[in-house]
Amino acid sequence: MTVRPGFALSRPGPAQAGDQEPAVPEPLADDATVDVETERAGSRVGEILDSLDTDLVGLEPVKTRIKEIAALLLVDRARSRFGLPGMGTAGPPSLHMCFTGNPGTGKTTVALRMAELLHRLGYLRRGHVVSVTRDDLVGQYVGHTAPKTRDAIIRAMGGVLFIDEAYYLYRAENERDYGQESIEILLQYMENHRADLVVIMAGYAERMEAFFASNPGMSSRIAHHLEFPDYSLDELAAIGELMLREQRYRLSAAAQATFRDYLARRMTQPRFANARSVRNALERARLRHANRLIAAGGALGKDDLMRLEPADFLASRVFGDRSRAS
Amino acid sequence: MRITQGTFSYLPDLTDQEITGQLGYALRQGWALSVEFTDDPHPRNNYWDMWGLPMFDLPDAAGVLHEIHRCRRAYPDSYIRVSAYDSRQGRQTVALSFLVNRPAIEPGLRPV
Repeated sequence: MTVRPGFALSRPGPAQAGDQEPAVPEPLADDATVDVETERAGSRVGEILDSLDTDLVGLEPVKTRIKEIAALLLVDRARSRFGLPGMGTAGPPSLHMCFTGNPGTGKTTVALRMAELLHRLGYLRRGHVVSVTRDDLVGQYVGHTAPKTRDAIIRAMGGVLFIDEAYYLYRAENERDYGQESIEILLQYMENHRADLVVIMAGYAERMEAFFASNPGMSSRIAHHLEFPDYSLDELAAIGELMLREQRYRLSAAAQATFRDYLARRMTQPRFANARSVRNALERARLRHANRLIAAGGALGKDDLMRLEPADFLASRVFGDRSRAS
Repeated sequence: MRITQGTFSYLPDLTDQEITGQLGYALRQGWALSVEFTDDPHPRNNYWDMWGLPMFDLPDAAGVLHEIHRCRRAYPDSYIRVSAYDSRQGRQTVALSFLVNRPAIEPGLRPV
């Protein structure tokens, strides 16, 4: 902003788009029609749904559900144009969600997209994401938990409260744990402030299952349970390509085969974390790539700086047997 | 005696919707909002009690309105005001302040 600070009365400039309170138009006549395409274009939802398709590999069940939610909110908006009960009047639909899936399946990424999508659809006023874990919600002594939880919730109002590894909130082995108190406050706000707040919980499937088993009220207040499946080999390779393209690297033809071979081996090993493992593998490949260039010395072209070779992957401990043999 | 203090005090009391609108304006200007209450609205009383800390990291008016509601529930017979603090260099002062609650019976000012 270029407004000069000072004590003089300043005329507010033209408000930024999206900041204005939405005007309430007259309800349409009974025989009028609303064009779905213009509604879609008006909220620029298509853009974000398309970017979901191109930027996120796989995750078909998740994408389907997101499209359903987008459709519901669009239809709700069209309904409210006719004065039918919709978002504003009949109480907003409950959009609290739970994302379950193994490590690195894209839960956090999708949560960020979801916030933006809901903002575009006019369900959330801001669409910011406040990401919290147990530390941010649960206090350390009596009376500390409630204000802490409330603080986090109030900060997230108008946006999304993303609770990562939500099952840590409840510790079954310690009945005097303050996590229970935090859950109760959370439930109360999830119920009473549906228009202001969307809560997204994320965690690993089995542990979330146990968490809901001990907190049945929580499970029933979450309308959408989304399962994030593990990626297949092809999807992982595509994710790797996507990450490299973003960082302006590329694989040589030989390296592509090596990379797939690497992924196939890595998938069978313990502590495989899907896309996160792919990212780590690429980070290490970049290290070796840099090291190789420095060691070789001489002149470097743009292509040399961008191209990853099989050697950058073969040095990995995943190929332990082969590197020892050579 | 009806106390007139702060912005909008010659108008009828603001509704929650109007308060939300004003809070939204303040947040769009980048001002930090805080809620304060007192039983002594004398102009020379600078020391109103704070309802929690100033909400420097709140991006949305709903959260502030929620704090106002909680303060009203806790102190229904107090004067409650919202202050918007402009932290930009060269200003660094309260930019907007208005009453959001007053007692049912206003006794007027005590001598200070």
